[in-house]
Amino acid sequence: MLKGKLSGKRKAYITAMRTAMLVSTVLTAALVLFLVIYVLIKGIPNISWELISTKPSYLSDKIGILPDIMNTVYIVLATLVIVLPLGAGAAVYLTEYAKNKKLVGMIEYAAETLSGIPSIIYGLVGMLFFCQFLNMETSLLAGALTLVIMNLPTVMRTTQESLKTVPQSYRDGAFGLGAGKWRVIRTVVLPGCVDGIITGCILSVGRILGESAALLFTAGFAHALNGIIDGLTSPGATLTVALYVYAKEQGEFGVAFAIAAILMILTLLINLSATLVGRYFAKRRNV
Amino acid sequence: MSDIMTAKELCLWYGSSQALKNVSISIPEKSITALIGPSGCGKSTFLKTLNRMNDLIPEVKITGEVSYKGVNIFDSSVDVCELRREVGMVFQKPNPFPMSIYDNIAYGPRTHGVKSKAKLDEIVERALRDAAIWDEVKDRLKKNALGLSGGQQQRLCIARALAAEPQVLLMDEPTSALDPISTSRIEELALQLKEKYTIIIVTHNMQQAVRISDNTAFFLLGELVEFGETEKLFSQPKEKRTEDYITGRFG
Repeated sequence: MLKGKLSGKRKAYITAMRTAMLVSTVLTAALVLFLVIYVLIKGIPNISWELISTKPSYLSDKIGILPDIMNTVYIVLATLVIVLPLGAGAAVYLTEYAKNKKLVGMIEYAAETLSGIPSIIYGLVGMLFFCQFLNMETSLLAGALTLVIMNLPTVMRTTQESLKTVPQSYRDGAFGLGAGKWRVIRTVVLPGCVDGIITGCILSVGRILGESAALLFTAGFAHALNGIIDGLTSPGATLTVALYVYAKEQGEFGVAFAIAAILMILTLLINLSATLVGRYFAKRRNV
Repeated sequence: MSDIMTAKELCLWYGSSQALKNVSISIPEKSITALIGPSGCGKSTFLKTLNRMNDLIPEVKITGEVSYKGVNIFDSSVDVCELRREVGMVFQKPNPFPMSIYDNIAYGPRTHGVKSKAKLDEIVERALRDAAIWDEVKDRLKKNALGLSGGQQQRLCIARALAAEPQVLLMDEPTSALDPISTSRIEELALQLKEKYTIIIVTHNMQQAVRISDNTAFFLLGELVEFGETEKLFSQPKEKRTEDYITGRFG
């Protein structure tokens, strides 16, 4: 019955399923596009050089987001400086040195769970531990340390995954030439997985940029313009927190949308650079 | 000719399965020794024991003794890195590092503390000449080694092993991933190298063993069945099992 016709019922079923799938695709795409375009249309006209290059002044009733931009930069830098060696180091230890596979599995599971916890809980813990118990008070540093805990699993897991992609034959080759464990890791294994570490790093930057809940508790709301040292020890709002404050507490929706547009463009750039970095290293490896 | 490596009643277990059973053998220096036998007979395991590459596999247990120049290599005072420098290794699949040809060759000497550029240049050139690949790569030493063909990569790996200035060269089926022309170049190379080095080669190819080796060891199910001069072993095997294997009755 190779040429037998499909029954009417079956035909109708196939058509219905196809339509349903098409509708959901269109809806998803439309939602995302609408959101992006809406934010950009509302936001871009409000971005001015004055806005991004000055600090706010209550006297002259002007708003500038330069302090928030700088705070964001400081918090990204401070977080990366701590989370990178910690996460990559833990990954190297777990993948290359640790003998107890059960324990490694447990730590990996814990890390995965950790990365799924709502960020506001990190904020609460960060406030109680860093701000109060360690007496850092509300400061960018306390915020950065909270973000370190939040991003540690991401950096660790991406590094681990890329360590596992380095072929065992490279390690064997290096061991066979009489290299010690650390030399093998430093000269053969780590260079083979730089791309993974950088990808983890870029993903973390994205998360740090987008984080607000954890920082509301720990880093505060100030809009003061500081150098990096003073900045880290005093409270300050990052772009996302400033967005919340301007929109919710001061009713400055124009500024809020301007910040939203800036954040969106930054996120786009970060994702783009993650892709490019990945491609660059993939190419370099398969010369 | 004196013996450079000797195994005495060597047994090895992976977990609970025994891979080597009471292997005793003496390898004469500056000669080629072929290890033959069917898959899973323990010949590769034995080879990897000689420079303690098996240390890298968890749950390996070894009893018995392997001595290199009279020193038991399992002794706690032995520096494994130094042992692996003196007993170098070439693997089944060519495994150059993803770096330049020069850096590949210089990896061993650098590992063992050679820093001077002039000295490294000299070692790299000598190793590449010894491995008969100098003329093909001398103009592109800074290029990535992964751009070479499979046969060139394998000769590069041999050069890389030679650059560490070993006494013994272990080769684990070095030609099984190569085409016939590359294979014959490596065989020729092995014959040249035995002037200076002791070569122990695992091979699945019995013609290869006949063509290049001075002595042959036949392994079966973790046991060393027979060991002797290649010519004699292949023409008048003492053991029935050897005869069955070399005449192709199993394996």
